[in-house]
Order: sequence, then C-alpha cells, then structure tokens
Amino acid sequence: MRWARPDRRAPDFHSLDPRAAPPPVTDSDPLLLDASGVVKNYGAVTALRNASLSVRRGEVHALMGANGAGKSTLVKILTGAIRPTAGHILIRGKESNVHSPAEARRAGLVSVYQEPALIPDLDVADNLRLTQTPVEPFRAWVKELGVDALDLREPARNIPLAVLRVLDLARALAAEPDLLLLDEMTAALPANLAERVLEVVRNQTRSGRSVIFISHRMLEISALCDRATVLRDGATVGVVDMAPGAEEQIVELMLGEKTGRAERRRATRTGEETVVDSGATPRLSARNLRVGTKLRDVSFDLLPGEVLGLVALEGQGQDELFGVLSGSIRPSGGSVAVDGRTARFGHPADAIAEGVVFVPGNRVEALCMQRSVRENIALPFSARIPTWGPIRRRMENGRIDDAIDRLQIDTRAQAEVQRLSGGNQQKVTIARWIATGARAVLCFDPTRGIDVGTKREIYRLLRELAARGTSVLLYTSELDEVHLACDRAVVIFNGRVVDTLSAAEADEPTLVRAAYGLTGTAARPAPDAPAANADPVGPPA
Amino acid sequence: MTGFVKRNAWVIGLFALFAALVVLTRTIQPDYGAAGFGSLVQAVLPFAFAVAAQTVVVIAGGIDLSIASMMALTSVTAAVLMDGQTESFAILVVPMVLLLGVLLGAINGALIVISRVPDIVVTLAMLFVWQGTALLVLETPGGAAAEWLKSLLVGTVAIPGVPTAITDWIPRALVVLLVCLAVVFVPLYRSRLGLSIYAIGSNNLAAFRSGVSVGWTRIAAYAIGGLFAAMGGLVLTLSTGIGAPIPGPYLLASVAAVVLGGVALTGGTGGIVGPIVAVFILRLVRSDLTFLAVDPNVTTIVEGAIMVVVVMLGALLALRRRAT
Repeated sequence: MRWARPDRRAPDFHSLDPRAAPPPVTDSDPLLLDASGVVKNYGAVTALRNASLSVRRGEVHALMGANGAGKSTLVKILTGAIRPTAGHILIRGKESNVHSPAEARRAGLVSVYQEPALIPDLDVADNLRLTQTPVEPFRAWVKELGVDALDLREPARNIPLAVLRVLDLARALAAEPDLLLLDEMTAALPANLAERVLEVVRNQTRSGRSVIFISHRMLEISALCDRATVLRDGATVGVVDMAPGAEEQIVELMLGEKTGRAERRRATRTGEETVVDSGATPRLSARNLRVGTKLRDVSFDLLPGEVLGLVALEGQGQDELFGVLSGSIRPSGGSVAVDGRTARFGHPADAIAEGVVFVPGNRVEALCMQRSVRENIALPFSARIPTWGPIRRRMENGRIDDAIDRLQIDTRAQAEVQRLSGGNQQKVTIARWIATGARAVLCFDPTRGIDVGTKREIYRLLRELAARGTSVLLYTSELDEVHLACDRAVVIFNGRVVDTLSAAEADEPTLVRAAYGLTGTAARPAPDAPAANADPVGPPA
Repeated sequence: MTGFVKRNAWVIGLFALFAALVVLTRTIQPDYGAAGFGSLVQAVLPFAFAVAAQTVVVIAGGIDLSIASMMALTSVTAAVLMDGQTESFAILVVPMVLLLGVLLGAINGALIVISRVPDIVVTLAMLFVWQGTALLVLETPGGAAAEWLKSLLVGTVAIPGVPTAITDWIPRALVVLLVCLAVVFVPLYRSRLGLSIYAIGSNNLAAFRSGVSVGWTRIAAYAIGGLFAAMGGLVLTLSTGIGAPIPGPYLLASVAAVVLGGVALTGGTGGIVGPIVAVFILRLVRSDLTFLAVDPNVTTIVEGAIMVVVVMLGALLALRRRAT
C-alpha cells in the first residue's frame, strides 16, 4: 500500500521532523514510531489535517487533545483500523504496512481501547484463544496488576468492568508489545487498581518498550509521561516535555488562540439578560446525588429563569446525572427537589409531570423518525394511561402550532421527521417541551453536529425560555460557547462538582482547566505565560 | 391533495393492483361477478381479522405468532358455549368471546413486558399453549353456532331504493368486516393510545423519554391484537357452524399481508388499510391460479414471488424518492 505523499509545496507544518526523506533503516533508530503529515478525509469532512506523532524507545508518550481534535482517528490509523488519506508512518524506521489490527499486533503495536474488548459470551480462556494469547504470561500480568482471584472459565459478561479493563491490559501485555497504546485505561478503575496500572506501565519502559497514553486526567499525565503530543482541530500543534508547569502549556496548546477570541465574543452576547434572583427557591436542586461509581457526589441549584451550564469531559458522570434528573435512572443516593419539594422520579412521566424535561443530544434517541412533526410534538401529551383517551384536537393543535411558530421549524417535510435537517429535528425535540409548558429543561449537548446558524438560534431560544422564567440546565461540549448561553457554569470532574463559575469567569481556558481537574492543584497563570520548554509545531496562521 | 396521494402512495398502489387483478380475473373467468366477489369476501374474512390483529402488534414493534392459535381457541370456545343453547343466548356469547380474546392478548403482552423475553419467543411459546388449551376445550371439531349469527355473514345487504345490481356487490361479510375494523381503528387513530402505539414501535427509547408508559402500551397493543383474533375465531365458527381446535393457515398469511400492506416489520409505520387490501390481493391471486388450474404447489411459489417483487419494488421507489 502506498500512501500519497503530502504535498511538499504546501506550508510545511512538520518542522518537527527535519528529514525530508525517510531515513535509512537502522535498528538503532531512537524512534520506535514516527508518523508525519497524516491526513484523513471522510468525503468532504477532514478529520485529520496534518497530524504527526513520534514515540521514542522507552518512553511513555501522552496524546492530548480536546473532544474532536482527532485523537481517536489518529489511533485508528496507527492500529490499522482505517487507512489515512495521506502521510508517512514509520515503524522502527521502516514504512509501515499495517492494514488491520491483527497486522499491527504482529508489528508489535498492541492497543487497549476505551471499551472492554473481551467478547461477553465467551469465557476468559476462550477470549485468550481468540487472540492467541499465551495463558501463563497473562495470569502473571493479571496478578501483577493487582487482581488475585480470577477464574478463566468465567464468562466475560459476569466480570465487573474494572476487572475487565485490567484483563484487557493483561492480554495486551502478554503479547509483549514494543508499543502499547492505552486509550482512557484508568477511567473506569478504582484508585488502587489505577495506581497498579500506572506502575506497570512505567515499568514497561525499563525494558525499552514504549507506551502511548491517552487520558483525560492531567495529573496522571504529568506523573507518568515523558512527553506529550497535543492535537488541535486535526493537526499536531506541539510536543511538550513533561516538567513542572507543563500542564498549563498543554492546556494553552489545546486551546490555541482562543483566549483572545473569547474576549471578542463576550461582547456579542445576546442582549436578553435575565435578572436571576439568587435568593429565590431553586426550581430544581440536586443534593449529594450518587449513581454507581460514575456519579459520586453532585449538588447544585438551578434557579428560576437561569441557564446553568454544565461542563465536563466525556464520561465524568453527566450522563448519569441527566438520567436521574429526567427520571430514567434511579439514583443510589441523594435527593432531588423541585421548587423546594422533594421529588422522586420513577419514570420520565413523573419528571414531566413536575415540568422537568429532557432534550437528549442524540436526536435519534428523542424522536420517532418515521412519524410526523406534529405527532412527535404531541407525544408527551399522551404520557400515562389516564390520558390514553381521545385527543382533544383543537386544544392540542393550538399548542403545537404555537410551538412550531416560535421555533420557526421548517415544516415543508413534516410528514416524516427523518426528512428534516438535523437542526430542525433538534428544534422539534425542544418544541415538544415548549408545547407541554416545561419549567425546567435539561439539555444534553443540544448543538452537537448542527450548523452554526441553527446553533445560534437554539442558544437564542434557550435565553428566551430563561427570560420567560423557565430554567435551563445546559450540558455542552462546546466550551467556548458556555459564556454566550449561560448565566453560571458548574464543572464536574470524576463524578463530583469541582467548580462553579459565573458567566464572566467561564471563558474557555478556565473551563478547560477546571474540566481537567486542574483547579486547586495548579495556580492559574497569566494568559501570556512564556512557552518555555514547548516545542510548538507552527500552528497554521 | 398531492400531500394525501404522497402519504398514501403505497395504499393507492395496492388498490390499483387489486383493481388490475379484478380485471384480469374477468378476462380469465368471464362470468366472474357479484357471486364470485361475495365468496372471495367470505374466504378473506378470517384472514382479514388475523391481519388486523397482526397489524396492531407489528406497528407497536412486536410480532404475534400465536394469532392462529388464539383464533382456534376463541372459535372452539364460541362453538362450545353456543352448543345446545337458545338462539338468544348467543348475544351473550359474542362479548364473552371477544373479552376472552382481549385477555389472551393481554397475557401475551404482559409476559413479554414482565419477562423481557423477545416477542417472537414468548408468542411462539404461547402458540403451543393456546393450541393445547383449544384441544382441551374441544377435542374434535364440533359444537354449534346460532343461526341468526351465521346469517350475518351470508348474502348481500339490501338497501331500500338502491338497485340490486349494486347491492349484489355489497356482501354482508364485507360490511361486518368494515364495521368491526372501524369500531376499533377509528377511535384508536384519534386517541393518545394510538399515538403511543406508533411511538413505541417507532422508537422505544424516545417514547419512554417522552413519558409514555411503554409497558402498558405494549400490553394494550397485544390486547387489541387478541380482540381481533377473537373476531377471527368467531367468524370461523359462524362460517362453518362448528368450532375446529386445529389452527388454520392464518399466521404466515397475516405476516405476509402486513409486509405487503406497507407496515414495516420494525414497527412504527403504516396503517390498517394497506394490509387489508393486501390480504384481498393475496386471496384473489390464489383463486385466479385455481381458475387457471395451476398446480397448487406452484400457487404458493407465485404468492411468494409476488410478495418479494412488490416489496422490492416499493423499497426501490422509496430509495429513488429519497434520492431526489
């Protein structure tokens, strides 16, 4: 397989790699993996513009980047799951020929993905056979990683998640890889197991093996890694030597030039300011909510007429939090109160009856795609059995028309929701709750994957709802927009609230630091702190 | 108007196909007329109720394999209850049997909801349970049916002032069918229960999150299916005058007509009109092939081929429409 060489006349972003031609093949090459100029296009969409990553022998190398920066695309290319559109990948100085995960394994590159990889219906021994993993080294690694009693005849589905992650790692280690790729390895682990894992990873490097480490936990990164490569918008923007203070540099690199942009945007915030009376009874208040190990202890108040931003990296317990507040999940501890009265939600209908409604980010989970716009808006009216009776068309039509008008939903293709554009579909999910007269709207990343114009409309709509006294809880993965839409922001990390910020404070750098759990551990530096030992790879102008 | 045509393109196409088949039948069998149509409706009647039962369940995102068994059980129950009783007692038997059907369907639905076992497994098991129960009720074909009920299904409707040339084309069985369907489906379409049934079939999670009681709605859909199965069972008893405990060929025919009628087996789409027209088409094809003295074994091949071709054609048209 030959990949097209990157266009040499294009601005040369990889000054990191001064060699113009692939180097001569030597076994003493210090670079185990050297990827440069990697480009991946999906049709018109560019996932990677210009990614590079080089891993030395015997180092732990962190791969960092915000959601959507291109980390997972790069990982998939390295492990052979997908092919790059262009770029060089050298393994031990030789052009890589890896076209599938199995070939990557033979080339000495083994990865442990974010999700457990054992097949649930097979027992552990059969899972090992599937990948031709020798059993004895596997057992030794499992022990080394701190799991003592393991029955190889146990079907994988009966094994707790944390142990499964350890088994995944042990299986990878038993293959004796030269390069181990760990994607969010520690996310599901309790503290003691995580510590053992980090120790084992560190020991790997003693024998000249290397590890690529992906994690949202900045503290782990600084404790474990030697260097970090930072991706932003599909391109490598810098390689940082880990040293005291390097975390801040990484954050700066992940953000790019957005610090200045945030200032400009603040001025453009819509005029609809709401006066929030912080002394009022909270519309919705959560106290010490817990769900399993994901949501550990979350308390906050959502005031009447307020848009409260919720900021978190992926998998910090926000899914569970929204599940509890909307009545789909029962909490294992803590309480929820609506207007000061304790509420118990056993079914989404209970929450809806209290006026607490949920707008999921994935529209497929919210809409009956083959049904019409009107039916989708009317659906919550038919909540429980007492309302199974005849539909009062006149009353209902009035409310539906009103909601469609207010949201300016394009109804040309209203016979089937699936024929609407993504933005219009999202409007339908919000319109149904306007029609039912919701008092607290829980929005889970409502602007994911919709165009800028509709995005702005949705933010305007949320502000408008707040201006009329409705409360909005808004989880968004677009941190640079929090201060545009929200009055306050709550930051959740590892299942706990770690920070509460006012709109004025909630610019992107501050939010990112808080979301990575850096507040309190590292002082916030001046915005123009010199990038002392950074090795920036010329961000495109 | 164009919106109506667009939305109901599939059903309109089925009507056109049916009309073409009638014309074809006239050319094959020049003396095919009102009498032939009357016997077609007679033959279709139990199939049509089985199809109606299956339609409701499939729209709700399920499938009921026990429909034919429920028809057998309700049929023998009706025959045993009416055996040796006065003519007027039958007026009590009808609601009892219909209630039994609702109960059988509700049991199917409740088992699915409570056990969380897939619909296809539960209703397959219940196919055997209801079949065995039917044999317990009546071991060999027997029983009886009230004369006035039987006469509901034969002959034509006389409307004063309308010439018999027209009323000859309105068999009583057709009126019974349409009335029974309308009595259930019209209120259903206009109620929130109907909307909830479409919603759980279209997207279970979205329905749940919108506050729909998914479990109860599923049970209700199966109960309505059971109600139609009971109507089918009654029709069987009334048209033969006895109850037969062995299920007829209604299950696969009902699934075939549902698919041909434009109801996606994944649920959430379609209506009742399409499947009912489809079942007429399938029966008419069968009688045409009999007129042509085609080998009965070939007949089933032709039926299957028609289904595949029509459904494929529909998918093709849907694809092209989406592309434009």
